[in-house]
Amino acid sequence: MASKAQEKPLGLRILLTVFLVVWLIAAAFPFMWTLWGSFKVELDFFSISNWRDALTGPRTEFTYGHPFTGAGYAGAWIQEEFWRSVINTFIVCFFVVCISLTLGTLGGYALSRSGHNYVFWLLITALIFRALPPITLVSGYLPPFFEWNIWGYLPTAIIVLVAINQPFTLWMLHSFFQKIPKELDESAKVDGCTQFQAFRHVIIPVMWPGVITTGLFSFLLAYNDFAVTAMLLSESNRTMIPAVAAFLGTTQTEGNVMFAVAAVVSATVPLFIMVMFFQRQIVSGLTAGAVKG
Amino acid sequence: MKHKTFFWFFLPTAMAMLIFIAAPIVSVVMQSLFLPHEAVLIQVENCGPFGCTQQTSIDQEATQALRDAAPMGRFAGLEVYFDRGHLATAEVAAAWRNSESLGAFFGELNNLPFYRAMAFTLTYTFTVTPLLIALGFFIAVGVNSVTRQLRGLLIFFSLLPMIVTPLVGSLILFWMIDARGVLGNLIQYLAADPDLSLKASTPLMWISLIIYGIWSSAPFAFVVFYAGLQTVPQDTLESAQIDGATRWQQIRYVLIPHLMPLITFVALIQLMDNFRVFEPIIGFSAQAHATSLSWIIFNDLGGETRQLSAAATTSVLTVLCVAILLTPVLVRTWRDFKGKA
Repeated sequence: MASKAQEKPLGLRILLTVFLVVWLIAAAFPFMWTLWGSFKVELDFFSISNWRDALTGPRTEFTYGHPFTGAGYAGAWIQEEFWRSVINTFIVCFFVVCISLTLGTLGGYALSRSGHNYVFWLLITALIFRALPPITLVSGYLPPFFEWNIWGYLPTAIIVLVAINQPFTLWMLHSFFQKIPKELDESAKVDGCTQFQAFRHVIIPVMWPGVITTGLFSFLLAYNDFAVTAMLLSESNRTMIPAVAAFLGTTQTEGNVMFAVAAVVSATVPLFIMVMFFQRQIVSGLTAGAVKG
Repeated sequence: MKHKTFFWFFLPTAMAMLIFIAAPIVSVVMQSLFLPHEAVLIQVENCGPFGCTQQTSIDQEATQALRDAAPMGRFAGLEVYFDRGHLATAEVAAAWRNSESLGAFFGELNNLPFYRAMAFTLTYTFTVTPLLIALGFFIAVGVNSVTRQLRGLLIFFSLLPMIVTPLVGSLILFWMIDARGVLGNLIQYLAADPDLSLKASTPLMWISLIIYGIWSSAPFAFVVFYAGLQTVPQDTLESAQIDGATRWQQIRYVLIPHLMPLITFVALIQLMDNFRVFEPIIGFSAQAHATSLSWIIFNDLGGETRQLSAAATTSVLTVLCVAILLTPVLVRTWRDFKGKA
């Protein structure tokens, strides 16, 4: 494909390669380093004497007889009961994704098929809601939630996350549904379907690529949330990210930073796997909003 | 679609947003106008064998009655907005009168929590956004010029800093930049100062937070620009080459104008997102050197004493700032809509 004219001079090629290698290291090295270090003891990973200790692990070997140890993971998962937070996270993520996709597909479909003026204003309102930092809403949640005694439970956090998720979901699904030709459901309606039947039998079978992409981003929002879950969940119902933050507060002083390191690595693994399998959808989702405008 | 059908399709999502976004906003605004009741104090005289003493105690019944009568608290109007923890108008005016130079005035401002947070938030927002756009652009141009097999790998690793949870990502970086971490060691070696520590230096802390910001958001710019580069018209590029444009001129006069709408898009989104900077401050435990508006809200809400009206007031001020940043986006959407209609 590259013609003679587009061939680059050697100097530029070297410069480009160096730049890309540096970026690749900047993007990937911190994760590799932390993964490697999570199997060491604290004095190796945070070594005062020599940074190479984190690679070779002399003190880990001294303590456990082997340069690798799962002590950080055992401490975090079993002693500090991080597994509870993991289960909570997946419960929250599962329900947030399911509910927000259900509400979002109905709403987004309606927005894409209605030509009335209020559609624009609804989308603008959603955009404004999307721009609000979620933490600004939290002080509005607390008094009523305490009053009704629903503070601290998973369903409360789920419903709040669903609502915070809605503006984004609506925008994304709206643009996906607009790409599905209107003629499809209109011809179904000509054949005697109601709007809902047209949606059910004609649109649902063809909407999955867009829904999966939106679902991935809903999942990320619920999984990555810290501000809302930290404020709305009680200690026993914590999800992973507030639990990691709690490790910092309580265990750092006891010299158990490695619990936090292990928890951080554990929280990264699902995301790593997700990017591996859904790279294409993530990229298309990120660009969907952008390239159109 | 008929209005009625639209209504039923849209009802569930509208309810969710009304109850959990619109109503809380109203509630936040209300809370910011009220203050909790002060406890009613009574003087009690205790007379014992050694004489009488005056004691002040809280009249629980009267306090409770007051709370029941007006559960919102006592109406304070805009009092909280202007107190020391927020806009601090009196303190600012005093600082303006008493400082001899502009530098001293800003030094005084830096002691007020709201302005301190504002200084960091704005510096962060307006340095991270242009830098991440530049970095994202160069990565996109770079990745676009390598072979197809390599691109997948590059995109995979480039996505990681963005996808990973902000708190987790900032912790991972923080542990490396920490004085006992690998990068911290390197910095100490380069600066030839074995005592150099991130935790002790405000400029160093700001720089690391900004580096985290660029690291975590550049992938977004990269992906958007990379997608844009796939749609560059090859004819224009070829005619530029025939006209003798150098590589830099091709980038400057063909690629950048083609990507301009995307650059604006990324800039607007990132300005809003960077303004809410919060997790990295927790992750880096940077409270002593850098705070942001979101962090103040979080700090007020956490702990034993939930300072609701202080948090609500900061929330309202944050929302107003976001609204200012949002205006160009709204204007743009309005124009798009007008253009389509």
